[in-house]
Amino acid sequence: MIEKVLKGSPPFYIWLLSLGALVGLGATVYLFQLFLGLQVTGLSRDVSWGFYIAQFTYMVGVAASAVMLVLPTYFHHYKKFKKMIILGEFMAIGAVIVCMLFIVADMGQPQRVMNVILHPTPNSVMFWDMMVLSGYLVLNLLIGWVTLEAERHQVDPPKWIKPVIYLSIFWAFSIHTVTAFLYAGLPGRHYWLTAILAARFLASAFCSGPAILLLLCLLLRRLTGFDAGKEAIQTLTKIIAYAMGINIFFYLLEVFTAFYSGIPGHQHPFGALFGGGHGHPLWVTTWMWAAVVMAIVSFLLIAFPSTRDNNSILPFTLIMLVIASWIDKGLGMLIAGFTPNPFEGITVYAPSFAELTISLGIYAVGALVVSLLWKIALDVKKEAGTF
Amino acid sequence: MKKDRRQFLKVASLSFLGVAGSAALGPVCQAAAPGEGSFTTAKNALHAKKWGMVIDTRKFAENPELYNAVTTACHSYHNVPTIVENGMPSKREVKWIWTDGYHQTFTDQVDNYPSHEIEQRRYLMLCNHCENPACVRVCPTKATFRRKDGIVVMDYHRCIGCRYCMAGCPFGARSFNFMDPRDHIAQVNPTFPTRMRGVVEKCTFCSELLAVGKMPLCVEASDGAIAFGDLTDPESSVRKLLAENFTLRRKPTLGTEPSVYYIL
Ligand code: SF4
Ligand code: SF4
Repeated sequence: MIEKVLKGSPPFYIWLLSLGALVGLGATVYLFQLFLGLQVTGLSRDVSWGFYIAQFTYMVGVAASAVMLVLPTYFHHYKKFKKMIILGEFMAIGAVIVCMLFIVADMGQPQRVMNVILHPTPNSVMFWDMMVLSGYLVLNLLIGWVTLEAERHQVDPPKWIKPVIYLSIFWAFSIHTVTAFLYAGLPGRHYWLTAILAARFLASAFCSGPAILLLLCLLLRRLTGFDAGKEAIQTLTKIIAYAMGINIFFYLLEVFTAFYSGIPGHQHPFGALFGGGHGHPLWVTTWMWAAVVMAIVSFLLIAFPSTRDNNSILPFTLIMLVIASWIDKGLGMLIAGFTPNPFEGITVYAPSFAELTISLGIYAVGALVVSLLWKIALDVKKEAGTF
Repeated sequence: MKKDRRQFLKVASLSFLGVAGSAALGPVCQAAAPGEGSFTTAKNALHAKKWGMVIDTRKFAENPELYNAVTTACHSYHNVPTIVENGMPSKREVKWIWTDGYHQTFTDQVDNYPSHEIEQRRYLMLCNHCENPACVRVCPTKATFRRKDGIVVMDYHRCIGCRYCMAGCPFGARSFNFMDPRDHIAQVNPTFPTRMRGVVEKCTFCSELLAVGKMPLCVEASDGAIAFGDLTDPESSVRKLLAENFTLRRKPTLGTEPSVYYIL
């Protein structure tokens, strides 16, 4: 099937080339980081994780979100998702690859990454995270490829793939749970030390991931004419609406516990995010409030059928929802974990130019992977008459 | 350790073989593998079941020169780089032992009308060599580990620089080498290894000196203001001080069980 990527239209190749250019740019800047060390980032002694780890966390959610298509299809025999399910699985593959690259980009000694395997340490959540992520990558590659191959030959997928798919459903929950455990088990980081963190991560993943997928599907419809089906889209938007509602609800639960209990340690990170520090708003404060507004507006728009099923409003709703969830998880989550620092002080962190460029390059790798995989999937569908 | 290194070399030589794809290289790799290693413990080495430290902050307040004496003794011997930015300590600085105010050190002591004198004092901070260390728990490579005598140390050659330990340590005891530290050491002490960029480091309770029968450098430089000894021995200097004085530990409610005590 691989040969499908060889036959594309000129715009497709221009798209690939531009992504390639971004990858090249990111790789070049990464070389500087490799030789100069992480001093090229905005990180510091007090804020020792930042943009890279935040993007990793966000993309684990996107990877896990494929389950929102797989679960209804296989547990509830919901047939309408059949057509687009492969897109979700292939997007998960791209997302996992992005996650892994962000982890490597964040390392001080990336050439030693195999130490995690050579000296397996089961008491470290990071060890488990590496295991479940690699496993999820393999599962999705296997499932995606086997089901697509079957679709190409217009036969049913082999029986043995069913249990693998069921496994992948549980596995999807595990990757984001383990990623939440990376944070939720650390003493002294109050913003993270919350039993609901894994649940929050899943809720935010299950609204933002499908929203990204849906946005891409809408784009695909314009570019290639591939239609996921009206009913499939409407069902997915409902899933997004519920997940977003739960996501907002969970966040408010955190706010209640912190402020009703009145315990300073629990309040301070919220104070820093939404109020700033030492009387000055932090740059992230503006972003957080923007996220609040976008979260509320997008939720209202997607909660009511009249706006939810309106095709000209939907893209804007989804974009707002994705940005809001990205600010929450891709900016606020990490910054508030380290603010205030262990000395009750505030060390300001902002990603540097190098950090942003490298991140852009990594995202371009993900986009490249997804573009190629989706190209294959759509060409197969065209041949098989399931386009 | 020994076994781990052998294992690593085995894997490394195997992968090398794979790449080279030539059986002829086999004997060469084997010849490069190390023989049985061995080490002996010096006769005068100092031992304890659990090393601990008691810092008498009153004595430091009486004799403020001690702060500098203590931190300089540690940092110059251990090749800790001095990283400054615009004349100020950089936010990427490396430090093993340093001073800060009362509220920064004892963040749990949120007394709203503290004694003026206590609030004015400076307090030394360093790794607490916790009995239940979060840094060890989270490290994915065992590069940070706890020795039998309670000292938490690092293998700088195994550390992958993921900085999970820094997120895990609630005391801000750890520093990361954001840049090559060798460019920031005024005078290198050849008897102690320098570190490289991309790894984490912290106080070692001078385990390398204990091994040759010497007390930690900060203890020696403190003119009796810091006591160091076995916390499990009721007759030790540290236990006696603890029995006679009111002491605090940093963030005790987090359950890491610090081994560094402060006499207020
Ligand atoms: S103070 Fe921090 S670095 Fe030192 S042992 Fe405790 S948790 Fe680990
Ligand atoms: S930075 Fe090094 S010592 Fe710290 S957790 Fe990672 S591998 Fe372990």
